[in-house]
Amino acid sequence: MPQEALAKTGVTVRVADAGDTVAGVQAKWVALPESTEEVAALLRVAAEHDLAVTPVGGGTKLDWGPPPERCDLLVDLCCLNEVLEYAPGDLVVRVQTGITLDALNEHLAAENQELALESPVPGTTVGGLLATALSGPRRFRYGTPRDLVIGVTVVLADGTTARSGGKVVKNVAGYDLGKLFAGSYGTLGVITEATFRLHPLPPARLWVTATYPELGDAPGVDLGTLAVQLAASQAEPAAVELDWSADSPGYTVSALLEGTAAPTKAETIRQVMTNPEISWSESPDGAARAEVSESPPDWWGRLPEGAILLEIRVPPSSAGAVVRELATSHLTGHTLRGSAASGVFLLALPAGTPKAGTPEAETPATAATVIERLRERIEALDGRLLAVSGPVGAADRWGTIGALDLMRRVKARFDPDRRMSPGRFVGGI
Amino acid sequence: MTELLAGRLREVLPDEAVITDPVRLRTYECDGLTYHRATPGVVVLPETAEQVAAVVRLCQEFRVPFVARGSGTGLSGGALPRSDGVLIVTSRMRRILSVDLAARRAVVEPGVTNLAITEAVRDAGYYYAPDPSSQQICSIGGNIAENSGGAHCLKYGFTVNHVLALELVTPDGDIVELSAMDAGYDLLGAFIGSEGTLGIATKITVRLSRAPAAVTTMLAAFTTIEGGGRAVSAIIGAGIVPAAIEMMDALAIEAAEAAVRCEYPAGAGAVLVVELDGPEAEVEAQFALVDRICREAGAFEIRVAASAEERQAIWKGRKSAFAAVGRISPAYIVQDGVVPRTALPDVLAGIDRLQEEFGIRVANVFHAGDGNLHPLVLFDDAVEGEGERAELVSGRILDLCIEHGGSITGEHGVGVDKARYMPRMFTDEDLDTMQLVRCAFDPRYLSNPGKVFPTPRLCGEVPQVRKGPHPHEAELF
Ligand SMILES: Cc1cc2nc3c(=O)[nH]c(=O)nc-3n(C[C@H](O)[C@H](O)[C@H](O)COP(=O)(O)OP(=O)(O)OC[C@H]3O[C@@H](n4cnc5c(N)ncnc54)[C@H](O)[C@@H]3O)c2cc1C
Repeated sequence: MPQEALAKTGVTVRVADAGDTVAGVQAKWVALPESTEEVAALLRVAAEHDLAVTPVGGGTKLDWGPPPERCDLLVDLCCLNEVLEYAPGDLVVRVQTGITLDALNEHLAAENQELALESPVPGTTVGGLLATALSGPRRFRYGTPRDLVIGVTVVLADGTTARSGGKVVKNVAGYDLGKLFAGSYGTLGVITEATFRLHPLPPARLWVTATYPELGDAPGVDLGTLAVQLAASQAEPAAVELDWSADSPGYTVSALLEGTAAPTKAETIRQVMTNPEISWSESPDGAARAEVSESPPDWWGRLPEGAILLEIRVPPSSAGAVVRELATSHLTGHTLRGSAASGVFLLALPAGTPKAGTPEAETPATAATVIERLRERIEALDGRLLAVSGPVGAADRWGTIGALDLMRRVKARFDPDRRMSPGRFVGGI
Repeated sequence: MTELLAGRLREVLPDEAVITDPVRLRTYECDGLTYHRATPGVVVLPETAEQVAAVVRLCQEFRVPFVARGSGTGLSGGALPRSDGVLIVTSRMRRILSVDLAARRAVVEPGVTNLAITEAVRDAGYYYAPDPSSQQICSIGGNIAENSGGAHCLKYGFTVNHVLALELVTPDGDIVELSAMDAGYDLLGAFIGSEGTLGIATKITVRLSRAPAAVTTMLAAFTTIEGGGRAVSAIIGAGIVPAAIEMMDALAIEAAEAAVRCEYPAGAGAVLVVELDGPEAEVEAQFALVDRICREAGAFEIRVAASAEERQAIWKGRKSAFAAVGRISPAYIVQDGVVPRTALPDVLAGIDRLQEEFGIRVANVFHAGDGNLHPLVLFDDAVEGEGERAELVSGRILDLCIEHGGSITGEHGVGVDKARYMPRMFTDEDLDTMQLVRCAFDPRYLSNPGKVFPTPRLCGEVPQVRKGPHPHEAELF
């Protein structure tokens, strides 16, 4: 029955195969709509037949997050991938959300412009980026998807199509659904079109990178002070990233400088990074070294590797404190990477997780225990710890949320029958 | 009237913080949009979030609407009170609670003025980026409600890009924290710009920005507005994002001259104020380019501010423009519309045609960089029918903006003023969908009702709501 109704929409629909799963839950059908109207037609059928729906972008993050309570229909947006409107003079582009970020930026590069967002996962679609609110190193200067989206078209669970915002950068008419849908993990509806504010491509980019040794179990640099000073530098770095692995020789900090004056700015930043008052080294003269280069370090903007991925958010003055907390948490095999200037990091842990969560524990701590212990420390820094992906067991994935009740109420209004990716989001939303 | 409610309010607030004296009530009858007026039923002046919450809970109990008011500078009637309701004024919530420069944030109460935040951190080399022209007076709570911008939002964004968290009294009277740090829906982003319809902000954590190393402000005079427009396009086309690009036409210049003697170059058909900021070397390079672009576009005079005083002198004409038109016209409407930057020439030509057709003068002041127009529609209220014609022209300008893919408001908000224009920009489905958010926060429709949306959406049953007639309903108002 549902299959016939789905077919009647005229949209390409196929029976799901073994690969069509969301966090391990097998879907029944996969639809490949090519327009907002087709998505609306599909969702109307889904509403009539009480089908649970999960929108799919590049499929790169489908295994992130908790499994859906049920999943009948995958709405795969891969064929909804056109650039609908591009006005270089307005620095604005309107796209269908199935286009990949890379493809879009290739298109924009012809006019020397870019959508200043990055995804740590290759093949990410613009819609996937919006729905997960992912960001890369340059969030420090340009913000996250919610800061650059200026208009959206969404299709709700009952098939209603709605727009908010528009195609002008400055616009305060009505509520901003773009913000609400950004980071909503497909639980409120399907974002089918989005309009973004663009930036001119910087004429030059330089990276300044320094690696500080590990002295005892502390870095050979006052990381907290360094991060604060770099963030406050009037050389205006576009990004300040930290990379620290259990098995790397130390702590690497790299800053990105963009624009015509990049060389002068890089020199200013190099001096901050090698300031002997806050950094020490094992080199003969005791001074830390920083290299300026035209390409980023190889880890730049990539996900740290590990079976379990956690996100740490702290006030930007707490980068040093995060490292301190982790260094004394007896983790093994971890990698911490992220924006020291914004206070947003990803922490990768190996599967089966660390030997122990406490020094005295003989038996391996479960992932859940480790996560809860780390969370306690991070929340004490006025921060949050989220479990992004991986086998986290019974751990609470989200941490403290001040407005969970309001969020539930929003969900209840947008998707009263709980058919949009049910169970995939905070508090079981 | 409201003896009963006022009495109950006096149980949760100090006596003098509950105003029922008709003369004093009248002080609050309008905001910056003075032609909409209503005397509030009661005015309260709370000092804490708990007091705000207690007031809101009483409003729920009595089923009366409440409206928040900051400094009352809003230009869309957002703070227009309800004669059957309570006006909650934040003027006694003016403390800066904490400043943390290392974390680049400050926590403030909603009544704190926009400029006060910058003043508190300026000496340390920081500032709060959004800078509405009204920044000396307007409150941060009002900024949150309107998602206010300013001349510098072209490069730095709006209020929503600079708020990290806020404490909110929900329309149910609960105190809730919305934080960008928390997982979950971006309710912070949804709340900002909701014009007081989703509750009352009682504590705000703002992001502080580091002051740029160098600032260069220049004034370029053109004989025609087209010349100025060409310069703007070329600057953006060259990949420069200035901190601000503002334009004024001849009539706006005339007004500013009459009001504040800004001494802009004589004979200018348009002036452009361009501000560049950032690292020294970058600003220098960009300045050279902008200077050349302006000359090529036909600028006949370019002035560069050599000092802070000179910078202020350049900005003086622009910042005073709204009030200044009072010098050349007995009455005027401040309009606020947005068009894609590339449509500016077409829309300005359209405004010219409207002036001729209706015999109404329009002075144009605008944030040229982001296509945000502030046409000032001039009229004489002593001449019969002119007010109506001006109103018509003002509405037609919005139609022009919509036709060109723009918006009916870039920063002043919808309020009561533009609610009726919303259906020109959005479909019923769009508006109904937005109001789902309203239903989630304020199912009984008591938080600033009648603003933003032309028709309320029925929210349907709310769980845990008491049924049957309300005990106080008959006695009220
Ligand atoms: C001369 C002049 C120049 C201006 N220039 C600009 C400009 O450049 N850019 C710009 O964006 N605006 C500008 N404005 C408009 C106005 O100043 C802004 O909208 C400002 O944010 C309003 O702040 P307020 O404190 O005066 O708010 P009010 O006028 O008191 O209220 C505005 C809205 O905010 C709501 N509100 C107030 N406090 C709260 C709270 N704590 N929680 C929830 N809702 C609340 C009210 O209910 C109302 O809907 C200008 C106004 C004038 C008069």
